Amino acid sequence: MKAIDIKLWRELWNMRLQALAIVMVIVSGVAVFIMSLSTYDSLYETRETYYQEHQFADIFTALKRAPLSVKQHIQEIKGVDQVQTRVISYINLDIAGYDNPASGHLISLPDNSTGVLNQILLRSGRLLDPNRDNEIILSKEFANAHNLMEGDNIKAIINGRSKKLTIIGTAMSPEYIYQIAPGAMFPNHKSYGVMWMARTPLASAFDMQGAFNHVSLTLTKNGNKEDVIDQLDQLLKPYGGIGAYAREKQVSNQFLTEELKQLQNMATLFPIIFLGVAAFLLNVVVSRLIALEREQIATLKAFGYRNTDIALHYSKLVLMITAFGILIGIGVGTWMGHAMSYLYMNIYSLPYMLYQLKPDIIAYAILITVTVAMAGTLYSVRQAARLPPAQGMQPEQPVLYKQTLIERLGLQARFSQPSRMVLRHIERRPLKSLLTILGISMACGIMMVGGFQKGAIDEMIKVQYNMSQREDFIALYREPTSQTSLYSLKGLQGIEYVEGFRQVKAKLSFKHRYYRTSLNGIERNSQLSRLLDRNLKEIYLPENGVILTDYLAQKLHIKAGDMLTIEILEGNRPTLNIPVAGTAKQYLGLNAYLQRSNLNQKLKEGDVVSGAYLKVDALFQQSAYKEIKNMPQVIGVIEQESSISGFYDTMNDTILFFTFITTLLGGSIAFGVVYNSLRIALSERNRELASLRVLGFTRGEVAYILLGEQGILTLIAIPLGFVIGYGLCWYLSINFESDLYRVPLVLETEVYARAALVVIVSFILSASIIWRNLARLDMVAVLKSKE
Amino acid sequence: MPQTQFIDDATRVFQVKNITKTYQMGEVAVQALRGINLELFRGELTVLLGASGSGKSTLLNILGGLDTPTTGQVLYHSKKGDIDLSHASEQELTYYRRFNVGFVFQFYNLIPSLTALENIAVVTEIAESHMTPEEALEMVGLSERLNHFPAQLSGGEQQRVAIARAIAKKPDVLLCDEPTGALDSTTGIRVLEALQKINRELGTSTAIITHNASIAQMANRIIHLADGQISQFYENEQRLNPHDLSW
Ligand SMILES: Nc1ncnc2c1ncn2[C@@H]1O[C@H](COP(=O)(O)OP(=O)(O)OP(=O)(O)O)[C@@H](O)[C@H]1O
Ligand SMILES: [Mg+2]
Repeated sequence: MKAIDIKLWRELWNMRLQALAIVMVIVSGVAVFIMSLSTYDSLYETRETYYQEHQFADIFTALKRAPLSVKQHIQEIKGVDQVQTRVISYINLDIAGYDNPASGHLISLPDNSTGVLNQILLRSGRLLDPNRDNEIILSKEFANAHNLMEGDNIKAIINGRSKKLTIIGTAMSPEYIYQIAPGAMFPNHKSYGVMWMARTPLASAFDMQGAFNHVSLTLTKNGNKEDVIDQLDQLLKPYGGIGAYAREKQVSNQFLTEELKQLQNMATLFPIIFLGVAAFLLNVVVSRLIALEREQIATLKAFGYRNTDIALHYSKLVLMITAFGILIGIGVGTWMGHAMSYLYMNIYSLPYMLYQLKPDIIAYAILITVTVAMAGTLYSVRQAARLPPAQGMQPEQPVLYKQTLIERLGLQARFSQPSRMVLRHIERRPLKSLLTILGISMACGIMMVGGFQKGAIDEMIKVQYNMSQREDFIALYREPTSQTSLYSLKGLQGIEYVEGFRQVKAKLSFKHRYYRTSLNGIERNSQLSRLLDRNLKEIYLPENGVILTDYLAQKLHIKAGDMLTIEILEGNRPTLNIPVAGTAKQYLGLNAYLQRSNLNQKLKEGDVVSGAYLKVDALFQQSAYKEIKNMPQVIGVIEQESSISGFYDTMNDTILFFTFITTLLGGSIAFGVVYNSLRIALSERNRELASLRVLGFTRGEVAYILLGEQGILTLIAIPLGFVIGYGLCWYLSINFESDLYRVPLVLETEVYARAALVVIVSFILSASIIWRNLARLDMVAVLKSKE
Repeated sequence: MPQTQFIDDATRVFQVKNITKTYQMGEVAVQALRGINLELFRGELTVLLGASGSGKSTLLNILGGLDTPTTGQVLYHSKKGDIDLSHASEQELTYYRRFNVGFVFQFYNLIPSLTALENIAVVTEIAESHMTPEEALEMVGLSERLNHFPAQLSGGEQQRVAIARAIAKKPDVLLCDEPTGALDSTTGIRVLEALQKINRELGTSTAIITHNASIAQMANRIIHLADGQISQFYENEQRLNPHDLSW
């Protein structure tokens, strides 16, 4: 090896702890980049492959009932490739040993097949026998959640009668990668699942012989999505079509799309911060090294080393540190990407995970990191290369200190000499002090992102379930029923409060924008379905006016006072014009509300309800549930409580893991910045501090001068970090916004506390290392040698 | 008074014609050199004397291609060709230094992270014809200290490593700025012996800056600088060996 390269390796070894601190920051940046993008690619490719292999449809629509002959008309629509009609029914389930509400969708499969479109993937067992009317294939998740196997039986309430169904297999479906009950916040595989039954027995059980109530279709290569949707809607209107939607709006697919979006977000936001900090640290360390080696540079030049040799020399040092960071980062990132992809495979119901780390991601990681590192050190390296050799031999001019702002304000009497030294040093290089503060506050901010999730979810649950939807159960009726039916519910033991509601599918439009959702008729002073304004104060529905979910109003660009056009998608499909009375804070879904009596009147129907919200005494919940689900008019019972607690169980580990990771990431930045700043301050002020020691200052007093400066910067950085953290969380919450959910920005005190704590611990850790270095401060050597 | 004698062009190493050097320090201009005319000869050992601030280092730096004069001309003659140091590009100066000049600095300027041997290798690796680092250390009597780091060497030893580093590439010119400035007399003499040996054995044209007037007695030629000008320039009739110098 060349002597000049030996120099580099030795110097790297000498500053190994500093280099390591920088390497850690680079590792964090590269790893997050690789992890999120490789997971993105893997999830994306897996989804695409799965969709393709299993013929996932492009367009879907539900309807009330259409004769099979209509299929031919659908097929004739221009742009339609394959059509699959199905019978799908929502059913209540009865599973031995599980006393909470359980429900599911029963989906028809063509006899003896896995389906034409949305084909299922049989994981165990066999296909359905069309001649047997009691066979079902269960979704693997649901089967696993209940430990059900082939040969086991479950009971379903079909057309008001309990029917025993035998499980003959388990399966997955591209249509239900994310299996979540309609309207639920979290998936709960115990309370909701999909299952498949042969078309013939299913149709006869639900009086759907020769008919269908669901259509999926694929488009031809040149098929126009919008045109097909329009024509399909037109065609199915007389059959109770509730509006076709494309794959992008299919719930399971939508959740996956949101997940992919978040991964992309993660792949940009975090690496930018990490690499920015790394560039700053490299700059600080390399410029100090170059300052220390001025004479060495001049000597090398005196002996004929070229400017480019010098530039290359220091660039190599930067590259060596960067290379370590990149290499380890790629390793860690690949490992994390792997782990995360397989985590996704399990969170989502995916049959396999095609993990892939595309070479171009690695290439980008290398390119970006090297570019950022070089850019960060470009100035110092150029200074080194251009140093005139004769000048390099001359000692550097003593730095000019100025009186600090505080002194100029005449406050110096309050400060001791050491404190003045601290203040002057900070003020002497405002940019560096500022960047140091910024670096530490980034660390603080990143750690807050780790805690943001939990606060957000808590808030969502608090607002959505504790304050707005306060029922214990929702009983869904098969069809609109007179509100007198509520009396039979009220009569059950333990029922505290019952409230009917009317719900219809509707297309809401304002100007050229529209959105399909359910229109909810609720009581004016509803106790169980309360509407809240943005300050979470209860608001009331007027005689004639709708209240929209705030995000829906935003989407439609409609405000209070504007006239909303409502096209009802059921029954006689009337079109209504009702003014918007206001908006309600809701984190989940997009809904519209009006008074039930008003809706009944507009639909020209009697005093009917689509179901009821129930408040039940905790002691009687299970017995009440049993009775309700066996009522003939009840098609399903929905309960959120167990989903929420189930979600918390699984979420706790994830949150803990995420907190751990962000603490590690934030900690690496905090340590990297604080330790390097201290190290450099020590190197810059070696002589000064040694002289003070000679003059009789104690180690503690000397440490105060050195650590005091960093301590002040750290203290300033923490509140700034809170602001940055809040900003990052805000940015994320804005980016998470979707039709499915909005993420509130609620940061609990402990989030701030933990972030501050990690920064302070990093400071103490760095300070204690420096404290040890101070013990080795060589007074004699320092004073003997020239600077 | 400069002695006039006939000198063959081929024996001249440097021709310095009326050079000045002005340093601009903000508002004030410092005139470090004010009109120097000078010729140095191949294989000779020249000593530069003068008060602090008289411009010795400035002159030496210009001869070594570390710096350029503000006005005037400096010509370097060698078998390979002539170079106008006053008008050379940075690149040309770099190669001039790389292939022709060896420097010895007052504060040694060794690279602390490299051993004695490596400190020499760092220079020989980019030079054309050179001795091995071991040979160079041998010449200064430091064969035993190959793998010591600068911090593990005494001042005199460090200075000898610095000399070994300067001579290892067999330079045409050896420029020493106060090579004994930081040394006691015994060590100083050892260092000077090393320089003399090299001057004699390799025929290296050598210039030494010193504050110690007695060192001048070992030179062929002596230059006195005062206030940026040559005040005396004369040949030394009787050259002494370093150990005969009265320190
Ligand atoms: N880089 C520089 N910038 C400004 N002024 C300089 C610079 N280098 C030298 N000088 C000034 O030029 C003059 C000559 O300096 P030089 O270093 O040549 O003196 P010297 O004879 O070597 O002194 P010493 O014996 O103290 O080393 C001095 O007044 C010095 O202050
Ligand atoms: Mg000098």
